Amino acid sequence: MAIEVRIPTILRTYTDGAKQVEGTGATLGELIVDLEQRHGGLRARLVDDGGLRRFVNVYLNDEDVRFLAGLQTPVKDGDTVTVLPAVAGGAS
Amino acid sequence: MLTIPRALHDQIVAHARRDHPDEACGVLAGPAGSDRPERFIPMTNSARSPTFYEFDSTELFRVWREMEGRDEEPVVIYHSHTATEAYPSRTDISYAGEPNAHYVLVSTRDDEATEFRSFRITDGHVTEEPVTVVE
Repeated sequence: MAIEVRIPTILRTYTDGAKQVEGTGATLGELIVDLEQRHGGLRARLVDDGGLRRFVNVYLNDEDVRFLAGLQTPVKDGDTVTVLPAVAGGAS
Repeated sequence: MLTIPRALHDQIVAHARRDHPDEACGVLAGPAGSDRPERFIPMTNSARSPTFYEFDSTELFRVWREMEGRDEEPVVIYHSHTATEAYPSRTDISYAGEPNAHYVLVSTRDDEATEFRSFRITDGHVTEEPVTVVE
């Protein structure tokens, strides 16, 4: 079971520069744990104590997983998970 | 150095003025690797705040996917400050996730004069760069 995971530029230090990697898991959370086995440090950039990190966007195919089930979102073979850092900032 | 066509410069300023007092934000896309901004893409500030901006996540996905399909990249990421100077704040620096982009800051704190400045932000470091507006 292979799920394609698209990695943004700033996280490619964890994937030896690869813009795409593969993983397995029944849910997004499990997929991230699986990715951590081969790409140590990546999980901490995506997840914290509260779940998915606030300024990281993760999409299952075309949808932001925050509108699905977050880390519990089911994933399956053939799905594409895309990670994009939030584009944000402020006055202070 | 940021080289930007007058029309795109003016579109950014107009967007910032229109959304004032909320922060405005958006992208100038250009051909990948060219460092040339060509296409103006205003984005929805999902925070709708005078002190914070965040690209709507669904729009972000759509626009980034579209740029990829057109072999483009985000050459400029712009946003406005509505009561403070046009300089990257601590949060601007923390969340700067596109190391190849020029980060344009516009300030609408003055009714008449709009400040327009450009910066590179990589690994938490800010470097201001000159802006050349091409007529």
